[in-house]
Amino acid sequence: MAYISKRDRKREKDRKIAARNRREIIAARLTRRDLMKAGLLTGAGYLILKKGLSARASTPRDDPQSPPTTPFVEPLPIPPIAQPVSSLNPVPMVNPNTAAGEGRTRPHQALNLFPPQKLYLVTQQEVLKSVHPELPLQRLWSFNGQVPGPTYHARYGEPVLVRNVNGLPLDNGGFGLPSVSTHLHNGHTPSESDGFPCDFFERGQFYDQHYPNVLAGFASTHPPNGDIRESMSTLWYHDHRVDHTAENVYKGLAGFYLLFNDFDTGDETTGFRLPSGEFDVPMIFTDRVFDEGTGQLFFDLGNLDGILGDKFLVNGRIQPFFEVKRRRYRFRWLDGGPSRFYQFHLTKASNPSQVNQFWQISNDGNLLPSPKLVNNIRISVAERADAIIDFSQFAAGTVVYLENRLEQDDGRGPTGDVLPAGQGDKVLKFIVTGDPVVDNSAAPTATTQYYQLPGTADAPRITRTFKFERGNGQWQINGKFFNCDDVRFRIQQNSVEKWILQNSSGGWQHPIHIHFEEFQILKINGANPAGVNIARKDVMRLEHNMQVEVYFRFRDFLGRYPMHCHNTIHEDHAMMLRWDIDTTGDNKTNP
Amino acid sequence: MPNTNRRNLLAMFGLVGDDPPARDSKEQRKWLDTSPRERIRQRYFPNIELTTHEGRRVLFYDDLIKDKLVVINFMYADCEGVCPTIMLNLARVQKELGQRVGRDIFIYSLTLRPEKDTPKVLNDYAKMHGVKPGWLLLTGKPDDIETIRRRLGFVDPDPKLDRDRSNHIGNLRYGNEPLTRWGTCPGMADADFIVKSILWLDWPEEERSKKGGQK
Ligand SMILES: [Cu+2]
Repeated sequence: MAYISKRDRKREKDRKIAARNRREIIAARLTRRDLMKAGLLTGAGYLILKKGLSARASTPRDDPQSPPTTPFVEPLPIPPIAQPVSSLNPVPMVNPNTAAGEGRTRPHQALNLFPPQKLYLVTQQEVLKSVHPELPLQRLWSFNGQVPGPTYHARYGEPVLVRNVNGLPLDNGGFGLPSVSTHLHNGHTPSESDGFPCDFFERGQFYDQHYPNVLAGFASTHPPNGDIRESMSTLWYHDHRVDHTAENVYKGLAGFYLLFNDFDTGDETTGFRLPSGEFDVPMIFTDRVFDEGTGQLFFDLGNLDGILGDKFLVNGRIQPFFEVKRRRYRFRWLDGGPSRFYQFHLTKASNPSQVNQFWQISNDGNLLPSPKLVNNIRISVAERADAIIDFSQFAAGTVVYLENRLEQDDGRGPTGDVLPAGQGDKVLKFIVTGDPVVDNSAAPTATTQYYQLPGTADAPRITRTFKFERGNGQWQINGKFFNCDDVRFRIQQNSVEKWILQNSSGGWQHPIHIHFEEFQILKINGANPAGVNIARKDVMRLEHNMQVEVYFRFRDFLGRYPMHCHNTIHEDHAMMLRWDIDTTGDNKTNP
Repeated sequence: MPNTNRRNLLAMFGLVGDDPPARDSKEQRKWLDTSPRERIRQRYFPNIELTTHEGRRVLFYDDLIKDKLVVINFMYADCEGVCPTIMLNLARVQKELGQRVGRDIFIYSLTLRPEKDTPKVLNDYAKMHGVKPGWLLLTGKPDDIETIRRRLGFVDPDPKLDRDRSNHIGNLRYGNEPLTRWGTCPGMADADFIVKSILWLDWPEEERSKKGGQK
């Protein structure tokens, strides 16, 4: 990427802002007097630069703008909890049941070791859904009719099997490929059940996915039950169809998978006493565009860089409101993509500049060693953060917005600027109600202890370096492109590795996701990690000109997994590679 | 910008309260009843006249895209950067797709230097790269080519980089027009993987045999 001077960038940005403002003002039919009053126009008639008018800049092709919608008119939908079935017909088998129409290609590694205690049957199917009362019904793709899909409540020690049925239509309604592979993001899952991008199955086929819900280390460092420090909490599942993930997830194929155990119990009177039940609320943030003429969900098939929406959806609805009681809540925040990064602040309607702190208790859905008191939380695509917000600090009737203040004009990533309070995008409105209410959850403190971090002292068997680049518009890792059949390197089962992830570009950011094992950050640009980065993670936000060293233990299972950029446009355009775990491993340092 | 109505915009500057009670936009809005296929045509495929390396005049949508499974890239004849690799790759793709190329699958390479790349120049270039029937090299009026390039998104978001032709976008766009299935991959990816990617957008088996389009 050529070097662009800071001044050039600033000028280009100013030009864009001015052009955008002009268009918005014309569209909003403001009079000259309105503009003068708002301080947007000088006496000589020049428009004043003002940031924060729009969530998107225009592109050479003139991206469509969504029709107007009134914010905060509908309540936040809460996805229903997935319900198991008593049996599956045909009965799940170790070997792929090809004759009955199963799309799986490899036998289950651990079905007999961890016999499923719960069975689920889920069909991926088209559904007509409302995203906002002022827009027409949308043709979305769902799990069992739900967008987002139902939330799984799973427990460690309670293995499950999910039978996925592809019931998608041939007519895709303009985008999306009716061929799917469901990935359980963050799962310590055997390869054949992971939802590897090339393990897709077609319309009319099914695929049995076995989730052992077992802690890493069970067959290696910590037999027989695994390492409790590897406990995970907030996972999600989404379609991962190679080359078509962005469109399929954009259409709705995503949902939550929550894991509980004897500490994070799902009951706020036991264990870590985290807010539970109706006070444990998952939220998936997705930005979308709707065609101005038809009102239908619009996906830009010609986009190479990353897709930004001008409508902000939470759990599938545009800018909902959420009535909260005066007590603690646990929110599980997830950036559902395709390409936007967020930085969330709590903004009080009556006093936007007031800083309202809250607790961050997890990074990528893995509980931190201790809660951290924060002013805001930044997440990129597929990153998760669990937050505890205590609404008893607000009087009844208070309105608090969840406001995204991270400036991002295009798919390349955020500009690096944070917008002033009140000038970002308000994605959700909290309304504090006056109901008296019990709160049995524990108040987080800086000395509250969750799980300690596993050590990073064992010497890595190998250090590998990965460069994330773009050449002639083509996304690549170490100069190469994804190929389902190309095993770029092999990891030795039960070994420790150190990876160096590099982004040498000043123009692009990449949320890099590695399947199967969490990593710990050893260094960011040469410095030790701090704050919430002292954590177990599965997505590394590679910001401008960043180099990160991460530490892994690859344990227990064998088979194929990917590493990829989770800006799903980059991912679909080959910014991905396949690695395999086998018993020997290789010595490729720049695979 | 239609998503910013007057009230919201004023609200951003603190001129009115944050809660817009007015639901003015809810007044029965008439939505267009246009098929997704038609919307895609309108947005991405202007029906512009182009000339093939064989000197034939063709319309971009009517003659080249409609009802077909297509692969599209941009190149120019004296490009020394990524073009030779990509053209070599496309030749392998054509070979692997066999008889279907020219029947229901078509490959199109559009020049980025229409002012220099006359049909004659493109014809020589086609011969050099072993281009067979069903793969067309295309030129046209510079403004028209530029329109197609922008519509299809072969554009770098950085204007400076975008002007530099040696840095031109090396991706392939491929798609099944009637089924509204589209994809993109790097032109420098492995040829066998490009072929797979294209065929993932193919008609279902039963329809393919109906069309007599078996490989
Ligand atoms: Cu990326």
